[in-house]
Amino acid sequence: MYNINCDVAIVGGGPAGLSAAVAAKKEGAERVLVIERDESIGGILQQCIHPGFGLSYFKEELTGPEYAGRFAEEAEELGVEFLLNSMVLEVNEKEGNVVCVNKEYGMTCINAGSIVLAMGCRERTRANIMTPGARPAGVYTAGAAQRLVNRQNELVGKKVVILGSGDIGMIMARRMTLEGAQVLAVIEIMDFLAGLTRNKVQCLDDFGIPLYLSHTITKIHGYQRVEGISFAQVDERKKPIPGTEQFIECDTLLLSVGLIPENELTRQTGIAISPVTNGPKVNQYMQTSAEKVFACGNVVHVNDLVDNVSTESLKAGKYAAQYAMNKLAATVKTVENVPGENVRYLCPQSLSISEENEKASLYFRVLHPESNVTIIAKSGDKVLAKKKALRVNPGEMEHIDFNTAEVEGDNVTVSVLKEV
Amino acid sequence: MLKTDVVIVGAGAVGCAIARELSKYHVDVVVVDKRDDVGGDASKSNSGIICSGYDAYPDTLESKLIVAANPMFDKLAAELEFPFIRCGALLPAFTDEQYEKLPSIKETAFKNHVYDIEYLSREQILAIEPELNPEVKGGLLIPRESIIDPFVYVQALAENAYENGVKFLLNTEVLDIKTEDGQIKSVETSAGTIECNRVVNAAALHCDDIAAMVGKADFHVEARRGQIYILDKNTSCKVNHIVFPIPTKVTKGKLMTPTTHGNMLVGPTAEDLDNKEDRSTTAEGLESIYEDVRRMIPNVNVRDSITQYSGLRPNRKPEGLHVDVYEDLPGFVNLSGVRSTGVSVSPAMAKYVVEKMKEMGWEMNLKEDFNPIRKGIPCFREMSNEEREAIIKENPLYGTIVCRCETVTEGEIVAAINRPLGARTVDAVKRRVRAGMGRCQGGFCGPKVLEILARELNVPTGEINKNLNGSYMVVGKNK
Repeated sequence: MYNINCDVAIVGGGPAGLSAAVAAKKEGAERVLVIERDESIGGILQQCIHPGFGLSYFKEELTGPEYAGRFAEEAEELGVEFLLNSMVLEVNEKEGNVVCVNKEYGMTCINAGSIVLAMGCRERTRANIMTPGARPAGVYTAGAAQRLVNRQNELVGKKVVILGSGDIGMIMARRMTLEGAQVLAVIEIMDFLAGLTRNKVQCLDDFGIPLYLSHTITKIHGYQRVEGISFAQVDERKKPIPGTEQFIECDTLLLSVGLIPENELTRQTGIAISPVTNGPKVNQYMQTSAEKVFACGNVVHVNDLVDNVSTESLKAGKYAAQYAMNKLAATVKTVENVPGENVRYLCPQSLSISEENEKASLYFRVLHPESNVTIIAKSGDKVLAKKKALRVNPGEMEHIDFNTAEVEGDNVTVSVLKEV
Repeated sequence: MLKTDVVIVGAGAVGCAIARELSKYHVDVVVVDKRDDVGGDASKSNSGIICSGYDAYPDTLESKLIVAANPMFDKLAAELEFPFIRCGALLPAFTDEQYEKLPSIKETAFKNHVYDIEYLSREQILAIEPELNPEVKGGLLIPRESIIDPFVYVQALAENAYENGVKFLLNTEVLDIKTEDGQIKSVETSAGTIECNRVVNAAALHCDDIAAMVGKADFHVEARRGQIYILDKNTSCKVNHIVFPIPTKVTKGKLMTPTTHGNMLVGPTAEDLDNKEDRSTTAEGLESIYEDVRRMIPNVNVRDSITQYSGLRPNRKPEGLHVDVYEDLPGFVNLSGVRSTGVSVSPAMAKYVVEKMKEMGWEMNLKEDFNPIRKGIPCFREMSNEEREAIIKENPLYGTIVCRCETVTEGEIVAAINRPLGARTVDAVKRRVRAGMGRCQGGFCGPKVLEILARELNVPTGEINKNLNGSYMVVGKNK
């Protein structure tokens, strides 16, 4: 088997992997290698040709390829190495290596001081949400359709219905409209939007595309190709209400019904997975339960903004480099982060408290939308941080920051409380 | 005009098994099917089980063929390289009423000469199948019940038949069969006339329509729909055997079984339909599977389902498996009542049909050079790292993974397209090498498979179908 040695091996060359690579190199790691399965780096951003990226990180509006390009350029200048067209098949924590397949080198073993997992996520499918009906051609996940349209120049359909109000679905509603397709409806089972409000405004409202909240598809029609969909209003239990069914004639159904972190390798390696995020449990260093293995980006938890992915991945890269160089601060105490009221999960799930006082950021999503809230992080009775927010939505990730030296108890709780 | 000795209508398990059996003889054979691919209809949407015949009605043609066919599969699997596993089946009894039925089930099995059926105590059955409801009182083990990859099985039969001279006309519908004075003269198809004197009707769901073309439809066929879940390979609750409920009169009931690729299959329903095309799944049908199966296997997690589909099995009225031949129409072999056991009976059915042909005086001379061997597509996923090294050196396309969920390489996809009776559609690729068969259901590899198909077949992407004619994947290029 072909062998490569490096300090930090990064699995995945999307926004998470590129940010981690830049940070690892800046931290002083000598050989940083990004292993990417595609023929080019940038990951899913390569097909996200719309603007809206980088507003918080670069303070300017970039397209997906531009955003990825910034990091790719920096990585190249810093001397990060890339192994393209290479699919990782095994991560061996004990041996400290990664086995991948590449058509030039064949089976390749990469020996590394530390490993960063940055494989991203995949889309939930029709089967995941059990949409009943026929199985004709013309049912695509929004991301697959986005790849076909933006990277392969293929138009997937002319009369389109979109199930799910996720961001990719709304972006594709606009994209398909601009390509001359008719987008007839966006149908969302919840009573609130799944994606970002700005995408509803820019992609649906501006084009007069109707959004049906509290509705779902009850049947897909068509034998060879999609011929239409039936949809209905749902009750509180998300069950279709009899008598509310309507039919829309269409040739295409796009699904934007959620993303799932892609953790096949993580599971295979035996790393602890959070049942809530479906990603590896991490500490504030983005270190997993396997100490040599770090993780960042959508493989850990699904983000709505790539800017957050970069911020989090820079940490993963930095600490993975420290680990490889034996410089990572020794842990004195481990503290669990516990979701409190109206908090679905916290990431990182734990804090490794060392002698040093570090700034910790806990990212989270709320369970349900709320306005005029106070976000509080507490350790025992001690308030670590507190801030107000006018509005919180499950579709928009929040975070709260504090210093690790302040933590006193065995856990930290974050709650989102409605102001009375 | 195409001229042949025998036309077989239907390229499902039975049609292809007969085609392969006939390819051992000096007989010209053409298989006609209206679908885009071999694999039939019911044959590719069943539960992938090779029955033992333990529960068949004794002394029927069906029971004889099932029991005779079961031991044939080991040799066939070796010759044709299709996945086949003798995992065995369990019939657990959870109530006293069910427990009391076990002796009569065993008695039926004995009548069908399935003597290796055994009683298991509660402890024994839980030891080999720990996910069973702990209320289980005991049950039966039928070791020879087995699982198969029904897609690859039919492809392998067809490819081997093709290698031995059989022709296949796909996307071709039989419109009429012309007879004259009790002699078949030709088969009229959507692709033109085939001159022939002999026809085998293996059209399963549509065999009544074919039989009616020669006035031999003294029966009709309705569709019985079976909805099925396939669960992720990573689902936490898995079984090691086919787990059947104690059967009722209508159906064997809803079962859970491993597939030959390590997924779990849960289902099917048995719903009688009044049309033959409705392959829809329904919320009620899927829910009923879960309700029934979780009584046997409480932790079954249908939320881990990666796909749900339904198949239509032919339901003959009046029921019963028939292989009919006629003195007044000696060129016609009329198969009907081939139902959910079609894949299971197919190898024995092929032998039986050929014997019937001989009895009718069809001229059947064995070839000297029949080649029984069909090589499968080398499967990267199942190779050791050393074997992977070697195959990438030989064919660098094996170094590019296209389907990440099932670890399928470009080499395998190109092989699936370019071999005899190769894949022409996205689903045909999926059924040959499993690209798109995994948990993302083609979300990542679908667009790439589309590109590879267009490239290898040298056609625009707009001409690539998902499966049937008209099931186009894309409508054209961007503005």
